[in-house]
Amino acid sequence: MKDREWYVKGLRDGLPIAAGYFAVALTLGLAARQAGLTWLQATATSLLINASAGEFVGFSMIAGHAGILATMLMEGIANARYLLMSFALSQKLDPDVGLGRRLLLGFDITDELFGLSMAVDGRLSPSYTFGAMTVSIPAWALGTLIGVLAGNVIPARFASALSVALYGMFIAIFIPPARKDRVVAGLVALSFALSYACQRLAIMTEGTRLIVLTVSLSLGAAVLFPVKEGGRHG
Amino acid sequence: MDETWLYILAMAAVSFAIRTLPLTLCRKEIKNRTVRSFLYYVPYVTLAVMTFPAIMSATASVYSGLAALAVGIVLAYRGVGLFGVSVLCCLTVLVSELFL
Repeated sequence: MKDREWYVKGLRDGLPIAAGYFAVALTLGLAARQAGLTWLQATATSLLINASAGEFVGFSMIAGHAGILATMLMEGIANARYLLMSFALSQKLDPDVGLGRRLLLGFDITDELFGLSMAVDGRLSPSYTFGAMTVSIPAWALGTLIGVLAGNVIPARFASALSVALYGMFIAIFIPPARKDRVVAGLVALSFALSYACQRLAIMTEGTRLIVLTVSLSLGAAVLFPVKEGGRHG
Repeated sequence: MDETWLYILAMAAVSFAIRTLPLTLCRKEIKNRTVRSFLYYVPYVTLAVMTFPAIMSATASVYSGLAALAVGIVLAYRGVGLFGVSVLCCLTVLVSELFL
């Protein structure tokens, strides 16, 4: 597929992400307002950072006048998992992909865009992720803006339906390979179970849980069931 | 200048650095089979962990979330595409919350 086609596919696949982001960003905007940010500051933050946990942390640090250095430290901790995701994405790219495209791709690594990009068969064309970014970044910023100005204006019913768009998309990504590959099916089931257990037992924050489970389960599977080059198991 | 802007720029700088450093510095391809297998499994685990149990608290009722999960799994299993599954999950929540 050409870059252009990848871009268009990314635009389309990015729509569910945009819907989910919009719903989440409304709450984020509300938090920004409570922290005393103006609409411009909150929207700029969402355009520049695009990370829910990272922004929530940042807003509470700003509200508490925590100091620049402490805020940077907390921002680093809240975003630490993106280091690993950035590394994994780098391995998914053709080594020839240039600096500019790498910087742009890295700029908007989020849990969702990472998952979407990594699930592509074979090499990742950055254009695919750029397409998804084109619809999801404005949705994130717009949701934040509306959240600051008007709070939760959309009815709860629609907000809850919108936020499920994201999960529907995730399901559509991990179920087809789980159908073809028993190891992936087992991994998905185990991920559900452990993620649920961690939440019930209140072990780790959401971001930490995501990275700890991702690393441990994927590593376990890689050691026990290594895949052949490009191949899968039955 | 408003102090808040300094905070925002500092946060953006940290976020950008964390997200771009490995992508720009570790460009060499790692051939190791365990590493490649690890990378193959990563997206599925990430997406599964993000989906459950979060889908149950994203909706107004636990049951509408579970209904969306069930509908999504069945549709995806039958080969419905990403966008279709996503839209039908939303509709499931909308419709089921009319009754719950």
